[in-house]
Amino acid sequence: MDTKNGYPKNNSNNMNSSKYKSRNLVSGFLFGIGLAAFIDETIFHQLLRWHHFYDKSTTDIGLISDGLFHAFSWFATIGGLFIFADLRRRNALWLRRWWGGVLVGAGGFQLYDGTIQHKLMRIHQIRYVENVIVYDLIWNILAIFMIIIGFSLVGSRRNGQQPGKAIAHDHE
Amino acid sequence: MIMNSHIRYPHGINIFYHTFGFIPQLLLALPFVLALLFYLLAVWSTNRRYKSWPIYRTVCWAFGVVLATIAVAGPLANRAHVDFTAHMFGHLLLGMLAPLLMAMAAPMTLLLRTLSVPFARRLLKVLRSWPLIMFTHPIAASFLNIGGLWLLYTTSLYSLMHESVLLHLVVHFHVFLAGYLFTVSMIYIDPIPHRFPFLDRAILLAAAIAGHGILSKYIYAHPPNGVLLKEAEIGGMLMYYGGDAIDIVLIFILCLHWFRATRPRIGLAIGQ
Repeated sequence: MDTKNGYPKNNSNNMNSSKYKSRNLVSGFLFGIGLAAFIDETIFHQLLRWHHFYDKSTTDIGLISDGLFHAFSWFATIGGLFIFADLRRRNALWLRRWWGGVLVGAGGFQLYDGTIQHKLMRIHQIRYVENVIVYDLIWNILAIFMIIIGFSLVGSRRNGQQPGKAIAHDHE
Repeated sequence: MIMNSHIRYPHGINIFYHTFGFIPQLLLALPFVLALLFYLLAVWSTNRRYKSWPIYRTVCWAFGVVLATIAVAGPLANRAHVDFTAHMFGHLLLGMLAPLLMAMAAPMTLLLRTLSVPFARRLLKVLRSWPLIMFTHPIAASFLNIGGLWLLYTTSLYSLMHESVLLHLVVHFHVFLAGYLFTVSMIYIDPIPHRFPFLDRAILLAAAIAGHGILSKYIYAHPPNGVLLKEAEIGGMLMYYGGDAIDIVLIFILCLHWFRATRPRIGLAIGQ
């Protein structure tokens, strides 16, 4: 990124420090939830047709949870990307942190979907086969891995460091 | 109950067509046709005095009016009496897509620009009156819109609507008006009496979309009175995914307005 728009250098640096640090995380987290929900819908519902639109065993709370998460995930995808664009125009984008947020969000949604929504609320199963437990295990272990990698990305530069581009302005 | 059995079979089409006939469809379509005429008239009149009104707004209004009219009169409206999928398609047009397009056409801005100053002032006073403040509140509009749908599809209202012309008219006008109020309460294109912060509207919009999605899946499993399970399944899925497609546009516009409103001020001053 460059300084072509003439955004004030010092100001953007000051603002970056705390406010935009968490905003990078929020943006990534929201987009991660949206991305996981989008992949769930396109690949597992529409293309593979493993997931079912509705399962007779769905509990009422499952129906509500599914509806809330579905609506929220649309919002999260679009809103997360708009916040990303906002960070970018402020030179406050911190990609490592952002990707950490994406992985935590996607993993968190997948874990919630795979344990609470699929198993507890029984909205639908991953696939309607005999040994669904294998699918469940892979699904949830992958989710946990995503969360761990995500957190390690977020935590790796925790101590007040700023995005590389913003630091560059200091030396100009 | 006798009427209910007719809803189930295609040969019921004639019975309903005759009981309802031409007049109710005309009554439903007339306001929309008039709305298009008045809009075009206003554009013509305002263009003579001020810089020209954006063409895309006129196009939005025209498409909105045409889609709403298709939903209430003509072949689709006839099929909607006997075919739940057609009914649901009509409702997506009437309650979601047409209101969205018509809200994007900024009719109130056009009206204020067209009227003389004293009349425009009087209109603004009406816009700031308490009933309008109440009905354009995002929570009230969400309840009118989504609550109305729950009432329609989970009570006997749906089958009653096919027996009474009056109910039919009321339900259809309500679906459109509630959809329009909902749209203008969430995205601010026209002037609105009381503006709410982006985050408030985002949360309420997400909640309303969830209410719509939950109802779609509920319909899928619990067909309204007189609707076959198979039809309810297709109708429910159409409501779910069709609603999603239109909601994306609403969310996008809301986020875009946020993006513009929060642009860095200092950067703007220097950049321009």
